Amino acid sequence: MGRRALQRRGECALCGKEVTMADRITDDMIDYIATLAKLELTGDEKRQAAGDMEKMLDYIDVLGELDTEGTEPSFHIFPVENVFREDEVTGGDGREETLRNAPCAENHMFVVPRTVD
Amino acid sequence: MTREYETVIGLEVHVELAARTKIFCGCSTAFGGSPNSHTCPVCTGMPGALPVLNRQVLDYAVAVGLATHCEVEEYCRFDRKNYFYPDNPQNYQISQLYLPVCREGYVDVEVPEGGRRIRIHEIHMEEDAGKLIHCEDGRHTLVDYNRSGVPLIEIVTEPDMGNAQEVIAFLENLRLLIQYLGASDCKLQEGSLRVDVNLSVREAGTAAPGIRTEMKNLNSFHAISRAIASERERQIALLEGGGKVVLETRRWDDGAGCSHAMRSKEEVRDYRYFPDPDLPPVRIDRAYLEQIRAQAPEFPTEKRIRYRQEYGIPDYDIRIITDSKRMADLFEAATAICGQPKKVSNWLMGETLRLLRERNMDAQDICVSPGHLAALIGLVDKRVITGSVAKEVYEVMFESDVDPVEYVEEKGLKTVGDGELLGRAAREAMAANPRSVADYRGGKEKALGFLVGQVMKALGGKADPVGVAELLRELLRRDETGA
Repeated sequence: MGRRALQRRGECALCGKEVTMADRITDDMIDYIATLAKLELTGDEKRQAAGDMEKMLDYIDVLGELDTEGTEPSFHIFPVENVFREDEVTGGDGREETLRNAPCAENHMFVVPRTVD
Repeated sequence: MTREYETVIGLEVHVELAARTKIFCGCSTAFGGSPNSHTCPVCTGMPGALPVLNRQVLDYAVAVGLATHCEVEEYCRFDRKNYFYPDNPQNYQISQLYLPVCREGYVDVEVPEGGRRIRIHEIHMEEDAGKLIHCEDGRHTLVDYNRSGVPLIEIVTEPDMGNAQEVIAFLENLRLLIQYLGASDCKLQEGSLRVDVNLSVREAGTAAPGIRTEMKNLNSFHAISRAIASERERQIALLEGGGKVVLETRRWDDGAGCSHAMRSKEEVRDYRYFPDPDLPPVRIDRAYLEQIRAQAPEFPTEKRIRYRQEYGIPDYDIRIITDSKRMADLFEAATAICGQPKKVSNWLMGETLRLLRERNMDAQDICVSPGHLAALIGLVDKRVITGSVAKEVYEVMFESDVDPVEYVEEKGLKTVGDGELLGRAAREAMAANPRSVADYRGGKEKALGFLVGQVMKALGGKADPVGVAELLRELLRRDETGA
């Protein structure tokens, strides 16, 4: 399948139904993705995000030009298997270094906004 | 006419593995370290940090798979499960979605209605998340990443259970297998065994499953039973009232005896799983499988058969002893030393169970060493101490595994064997209780027991009651004839 065909029709990332390009990134989709990402977006930001995502999908569609018929999907670029470490404690007390990344700490713990409703 | 409903239950069981280090880095998994002390760039998700799989984690996962009759996959891989929450500093959890390590196993259980086979859908390896502590101010949450990266396996069953009894029977068997393997201590209260219950109801006789909910925060078998009953009722009430069950995650509140909706359940695609490019795949060959198989311990079912042939103790004792790896180990080792299975079993079935119940302890936490238990039995056999003193000593051993021989010596608990001392105590008891003496001589055998008790009391329990009774009989007979 060539690039043109993919651009005209695609699969909705949410419901899996085939949709035309114009509805590939719907308002509902943006809202839902924002919820999953725990982001609150203004109307302008949503429009911008939708545009950006369209561009990303187009970019990925370029890959569709390649003929991958009969090619096994590859998940790793190196043909390496079975890389293990032994079950031995090699780490020391990493507290100070770890907490250096905390904008706010209390009792040696990260402080974040309350997570339960 | 009221409709009848069937309950359909499947489980997701998370087991914290007994590895010394985390799944992808060399940080310690020891419980109770000060917050964030067991952390490094890998388990806190620093950019560029490279995870490397702990071999022990694979060994345990495969061992559990074999023990539960799973197919161990020749080839497995890790995937990233993406979600945003402060307990997860990488913003993804490394887990296995597409190619888990084991599939299609089962655990057989016995319930009053007969045998049941609970099928296992899959077992996968994954990392644990950090711990969240909610501040009392109601506005902040504190995060400790010591648990982040602690190795877990998740065992997913098929929806093969129909009630709480079957669920508990399955979990007990599974826990026992894992404890025997030494792969985890499986403590529900401490979170090294975590059970999520997926439950739906459907009208009896219909084939289509209903919409399910997932119940979390179940910290005991008791809580699991109550949550199952409660959720079944809730769903039936909803359906009867014309409502619909919503696919959601609920949190069980054991204190209140009810559950609350936590969040609508994300669907798999919401997690945008994809293969983790940092972790090379794992290929499992036959030689490795045979090696893991060869390391498998004798499992409870095999042990029970052998105990019956070897030790000649009652089936009831065998069941209780083999229901805990710790008890079985203690029993076998102590018996090997003293050669008296029945006596060892009596100590386990009697005092040990009593103390465990009294202290609300798990059999896994018994600290008594086999050598000390065997020595205690020896002290009683040789009449160095009496049975009642032995019980006192055992209580101290149960607390801190003291050496009973040293302890008895130190505390002067040896049975009074001094004839003169015994004789004096016996005569004093007779003189102080003429009524009992007369009763005994008048044919009331029971009166002797009272006199024995008086002598034992006078000697602080440190006399052999059988010897005391013999001595009293002798004195009572002799004095009668005026000798």
